[in-house]
Amino acid sequence: MTWDLTADRPIYAQLIEQLELRICSGTYPPGSRLPSVRDLAQEASVNPNTMQRALARLEEDGLLYSHRTSGRFVTEDAELIRKTKNKLAHEQVQEFLQRMKDLGFEYNEILSIITDIAEELIK
Amino acid sequence: MSNLLECKNLSKHFGPVKALDNISLSVGCGRIVGLLGPNASGKSTFIKICNHLLTPTSGEIRISGFHPGVESKKIVSYLPERNYLNDWMKVSDIISFFSDFYSDFSKEKAYDMLKKLNIHAGDRLKTMSKGTKEKVQLILVMSREAQLYLLDEPIGGVDPAARDYILDTIIGNYSENATVILSTHLISDIEKVLDEVIFLREGQIVLHQTVDEIREETGKSVDSLFREVFKC
Repeated sequence: MTWDLTADRPIYAQLIEQLELRICSGTYPPGSRLPSVRDLAQEASVNPNTMQRALARLEEDGLLYSHRTSGRFVTEDAELIRKTKNKLAHEQVQEFLQRMKDLGFEYNEILSIITDIAEELIK
Repeated sequence: MSNLLECKNLSKHFGPVKALDNISLSVGCGRIVGLLGPNASGKSTFIKICNHLLTPTSGEIRISGFHPGVESKKIVSYLPERNYLNDWMKVSDIISFFSDFYSDFSKEKAYDMLKKLNIHAGDRLKTMSKGTKEKVQLILVMSREAQLYLLDEPIGGVDPAARDYILDTIIGNYSENATVILSTHLISDIEKVLDEVIFLREGQIVLHQTVDEIREETGKSVDSLFREVFKC
């Protein structure tokens, strides 16, 4: 998974989203140890202080927890990860629906387009 | 925490030209700062004053409490805008030289970086391309355990892949006790790496903010904002 960062939004907010995505998708599985701040910053080519801020925020949210000496770990709380996953799904769908509305589609049209494409994919 | 770099009403005039015009700023520890501005905005003049290569016309500057001079040079690692190393020397000679000169120089770090960039320590500088020479200079500068790194255009002359490596090195070398100030025109390449930026125009500070504050408040990247502020 590459770190996709756009130019027009705060980097800190984008790092939070990308880290959540990695936790939800299992790139960083529950209970696993996260790479160090420096390594993560290098991987994402971002400022270490910005990465640190994003990690601290995820810690506040409970998705991460830290051990004084051994580093930062992903929560083992499956319910919390599921909730985060739903939150991300919600955001994705909202964004998608907004763009479809901008294109001029009605709700029922959007649904049928989704069904058609999903059926094609299943075949 | 006290500031690592502090200047008050700093000015430098060259005859009628005000290269720096009454600048006051402070930069703390553990920051990566971009010094940005169009040509002739005073970036290099500022960096040279920090390194005691120029003396201010008026005003004051302190680095970790010291006026620029012997004591400040011990804790400042400087990458000048041009190559000042002797062409006939081998990289390994220069490394020994630096190691004698600076007590905070790590030979191990230098050789490690050379290896990663595929530069042979036995090669003489004169056999190297311009880009490779720049990489060698940066390696020397980053191999010191300094408190302040002042990099004047560190990524201007190298290819995009080497640029990535240099930025990677700056991130990898990050320490809470050290600050990096770098000047450049290539903003979009580096803005993700920066904590804060300083915009200079005609010797004055037009803006001094963090990258995320700028993005939050303007909805624009630092690069776009720069293009807007300095539109010709």
